[in-house]
Amino acid sequence: MAILEARGIVRTYGQVVALDECDFDVEAGEVTALIGDNGAGKSTLIKILSGTEQMEAGEIRFMGEAVSMSSPAVARDLGIETVFQDLALCPHLDPVRNLYLGREVRKRGLMGLLGFMDNKVMKTGSQDAFSDLGATVKALSVPVGDMSGGQKQSVAVARAASWANKIIFLDEPTAALGVVQTHNVLELIKRVRDKGIGVVFISHSMPEVLSVADRVQVLRRGRRVATLKAADSTLEQLVGAMTGALDEEVR
Amino acid sequence: MSATQREAAAQEIVAESNPGLVKTITRAQATQIVLVLIGLFVLFSIINPEAFLSVFNFRSIIVNASIFIVLGVGVTFVIITAGIDLSIGSVLVFSSVMSALVMESLGTEGWAIAAVGAVVAVLAGALWGLINGLLVTRAKVPAFIVTLGTMGMALGISQVITGGIDLYNVPEVLVDTVGFGDVFWEIPTLSVIALVVVVIGGIVLHKTKFGLYTYALGSNLEACRRVGIKVDYNLTWVYIVSGVCAGIGGYLSLALYQQTTIAGNSLTNLAVIAGVVIGGTSLFGGVGTMFGTVIGLLIPVTLRQGFVISGVQAFWQEVVVGIFLIGAVYVDGVRRARASRGSGTKPKQKAIGGLKIGSTEKEGNSE
Repeated sequence: MAILEARGIVRTYGQVVALDECDFDVEAGEVTALIGDNGAGKSTLIKILSGTEQMEAGEIRFMGEAVSMSSPAVARDLGIETVFQDLALCPHLDPVRNLYLGREVRKRGLMGLLGFMDNKVMKTGSQDAFSDLGATVKALSVPVGDMSGGQKQSVAVARAASWANKIIFLDEPTAALGVVQTHNVLELIKRVRDKGIGVVFISHSMPEVLSVADRVQVLRRGRRVATLKAADSTLEQLVGAMTGALDEEVR
Repeated sequence: MSATQREAAAQEIVAESNPGLVKTITRAQATQIVLVLIGLFVLFSIINPEAFLSVFNFRSIIVNASIFIVLGVGVTFVIITAGIDLSIGSVLVFSSVMSALVMESLGTEGWAIAAVGAVVAVLAGALWGLINGLLVTRAKVPAFIVTLGTMGMALGISQVITGGIDLYNVPEVLVDTVGFGDVFWEIPTLSVIALVVVVIGGIVLHKTKFGLYTYALGSNLEACRRVGIKVDYNLTWVYIVSGVCAGIGGYLSLALYQQTTIAGNSLTNLAVIAGVVIGGTSLFGGVGTMFGTVIGLLIPVTLRQGFVISGVQAFWQEVVVGIFLIGAVYVDGVRRARASRGSGTKPKQKAIGGLKIGSTEKEGNSE
């Protein structure tokens, strides 16, 4: 079942048409790879579907009902989380603080009303979240800024995974990572999918796409030009769809 | 990753989740600055033990530092958000003028009037904080410019209202208790009030959600916005806190000096900001402690007192504070550069004439 359907999304930046009546679908419990050449509109699409940017025309249906993604808060309330390329972590705060940023658990009673936080609950919750995903976050009280790229990525993905219950968008989650960390993040993605969440990730690495994705949706010049089942697809097909050598929409 | 690997990872998390109190403390710049303060105490004690190690001397050091420390509490919040508040000295003056005017019109004597004066001073400070906060968050004018503007405005309005002449009608009860009184023995009431402000400020900064958001805002504003923190709302409150602290400072100043000190606070802002920065709060945001602020503000006062006692011209204090300030920011810069390369355990890079020799930037991404 499609959790999220986007139809005819339009977004322009001045003279540049980033999205030109673009369609997109997200299925529950599936990994969808969103691929396309530079400037195809992948990041813009994800920003619009996560409420960070606004579309000029089009419709977004969530669980069959039309919704207005007017802000990131709306998307979050629907159970949609996004990991952007810059990760949006606070480098001076530790993984626990980052995981719970904006969702701090208050203490019970008066102390909670005064703004005191239940650090114990948050720490336990973080440990569960990281070990749940097999994330290699080693120290929970070290500032995230002191961590390696792979660990930062793990924190960002784990944060999204622990709050999302419907969809996670990942904008090039492996772009800055080495071989081992890339493998870990891809494993993480599979594990999130196995929880029944729809995972959408942007990637430029076709082998990566074919190994993790269940479905591939291809954007070119702001439109979806192909939807492919990863299992039946070849590298040539993906590249062909991206570059325009192949133009039919495959269902 | 297999199940056993996952377990091992989970155990690692538990095992390394506590780097230990000792490590945390030694890592803080506040610790290094405590050593500097202790060093100063030892130095001046050796030079002139009788005068420096006297109760009178220590009492005057903490009294002289008290008002600055109250202002420093608010400035610490502001600087941790990577902001700045240059208006505090003028807001202090404005608050004390407003407070003195209201108390004068009510009859100048008694606790009730002194209490009204306190409320007026705090509200006057909060008002300027609100103005600063709204301009920074809604009008998107840089904090440096906003608070430079309100610095002039708050002082100017104070001068217009008073004609530039200080007001001297301060309730006697206030002067006798808060200004010169002791809670017991030689513990000045003024400093106890400052301590209360510091403790409350420290608890709010280090233990509450508001304090956490203060760090988060300075660390990555965009990240805060994305996770749904009310960035503008929280930032406005940070400036209000600074204004309130300046208001309290204005009231304490009235009590201590028995007048409004209109002309006497033109450099207060810079002195306080210098102290806060010496105490380890980073101008780039995200880093700072209330403890560091207290130590950082005690250093200039201790220096002045020490120089006077040692027979050195007190003007040297400004010179030494300047050196400390630059040194503190240098240390902060070195630390941030190290952090941006990855963790501190990576092979050392030698920077010679801007050329980096040794390991490359790639190191930061490897595990």
